[in-house]
Amino acid sequence: MIRQLLSGDYPRSRALTVVLLLILAGLALAPFVFPGTRSLDVAAKVCVFILLVASYDLLLGYTGIVSFAHTMFFGIGAYGIAIAASRLGPTWGSLALGSLAALVCSALLSLLIGILSLRVKTIFFAMITLAVATFFAILASQLSGFTGGEDGLTYKLPELLLPGTKLFETPLFGVEINGKIVSYYVVFFGAAMLFLALLRVVNSPFGRVLQAIRENDFRAEAIGYRSVIYRSVANCVAALAASAAGILYALWLRYAGPDTTLSFDIMVDILLIVVIGGMGTMYGAVVGATLFVIAQNYLQDLMKLASDAAVGIPLLPNLVHPDRWLLWLGILFILSVYRFPAGIVGKLRAGK
Amino acid sequence: MSNLLALAGVNTHIGHYHILQGVDFVVPHGGLTVLLGRNGAGKTTCLRTIMGLWKASAGRIDFDGADISSRSTPAVAQLGIGYVPESMGIFAGLTVRENLTLAAREGPIDTRRLDWMFGFLPALKKFWHLPAGHLSGGQKQMLAIARAIIEPRKLLLVDEPTKGLAPSIIAHMVEAFRELKRTDTTILLVEQNFDFARALGDTVAVMDSGRIVHSGSMRELADDEAQQQKLLGLSLDAHQ
Repeated sequence: MIRQLLSGDYPRSRALTVVLLLILAGLALAPFVFPGTRSLDVAAKVCVFILLVASYDLLLGYTGIVSFAHTMFFGIGAYGIAIAASRLGPTWGSLALGSLAALVCSALLSLLIGILSLRVKTIFFAMITLAVATFFAILASQLSGFTGGEDGLTYKLPELLLPGTKLFETPLFGVEINGKIVSYYVVFFGAAMLFLALLRVVNSPFGRVLQAIRENDFRAEAIGYRSVIYRSVANCVAALAASAAGILYALWLRYAGPDTTLSFDIMVDILLIVVIGGMGTMYGAVVGATLFVIAQNYLQDLMKLASDAAVGIPLLPNLVHPDRWLLWLGILFILSVYRFPAGIVGKLRAGK
Repeated sequence: MSNLLALAGVNTHIGHYHILQGVDFVVPHGGLTVLLGRNGAGKTTCLRTIMGLWKASAGRIDFDGADISSRSTPAVAQLGIGYVPESMGIFAGLTVRENLTLAAREGPIDTRRLDWMFGFLPALKKFWHLPAGHLSGGQKQMLAIARAIIEPRKLLLVDEPTKGLAPSIIAHMVEAFRELKRTDTTILLVEQNFDFARALGDTVAVMDSGRIVHSGSMRELADDEAQQQKLLGLSLDAHQ
């Protein structure tokens, strides 16, 4: 059962297994263990980013493709839900239609980008994707009548997913089961299933061909594999998974805007998480996304505590002032890349 | 004996360099043809041009009766040509099993064929689940050969399989190629080690400066020391 679920790709390290189980338990029980709006927001974002980063790992870690258009596909997914829900109304039908339209749009766009540009060298492909993603972000900003422009779109969802909807009269383990909890579990199970699907993809014969192409594309061609076709399909699968992550994020936020889905900052975050977690491991996405999102959300709080505790000591309170959280986040990333060049998962696996 | 592969007037340019300058030779069906020549004579370029990794700028490459000079590399491979490059080109991050599974394009690996291969390439069985990057040089070379023959191929192109290997491993490799010769596979072997070539070759072609300067029976060349001196010393003289 577990072998089938993980496609035979076990964590291969006790420490990593423990870390993954802790993350899984934390996310599965988040509404009960970490009650509160903010913590649930963080948990939902972790779920979405695990899927988003895992889909990027398929590209970068398994296929050796550097793409800067990944947030574009994330944005297409989110805007698919946003536009459908705001134009057609908060019905399950409109959400299904918006999701389908987003997935079809992502598939076609990624195939087009792949077939037209994956013949060129890595750096040129990266530049092409950067140009396309920038163009798309500008387009989303300019077409304000359709996308809400810089303000984005806020919309309603079907009643079952609204925070005001109570499912049970009595709380469960002290927590009121409402539409927000339902939304969370839609995000959690959606992300978990798609993550397992990606794990299946990278451990399939197709995934092995991708790894062969990453290592030596000439050699893979000499065996008889058309690398452009395999790369294009990988690009398409990754784009679909990123769009699905966007769809889940839009269901959670009930908002889609350029800053939350299309921004280049998110692309940088994805790159950082893949590298910190460990490229070409899939599990790196789980560990990296969890650490990154938690650090992004709670480092400021932690620094405030440290700053308050250090009152009276010269320089220190200023150094750990919450306003400097980005500086410390940067230092943490540099240290983790320096300390774990193969990523956290690579380090844990090396230590067994 | 009919020819499986025939090159006629093949020219290849790499950038501004004119590497193959009208290569003509044939590889008869069955048996093993050796392509000899000094470093830089164009032997590797010749194999890469056959595989479509470099495009021939002129000339014709006929394989099994069809011109393949303008086909893509995967299309050439799919015709039944296996290629073992000089660099071995194994996928270091994948296990021995995964390397071979990947090469078996027609479907799952034929276990009888695998057992037959384990008979003359025993290291592969021993290190079946080990990442290929952890193998020794000789074992990597064995894996590269195994990958090319995991399914029956009509033609096998092998580029300097003995390069950098210890004499004991070379002796083992001679046995492996003898086993391969017992099958239907036709082999074109690029080699600089004349003893290795003599032990295995049925026919021979000698290259120098992008052209074929001799072709014929390996036995005749092996028995004719004056001819060996002339052909294999030719390029050395030219560079003195």
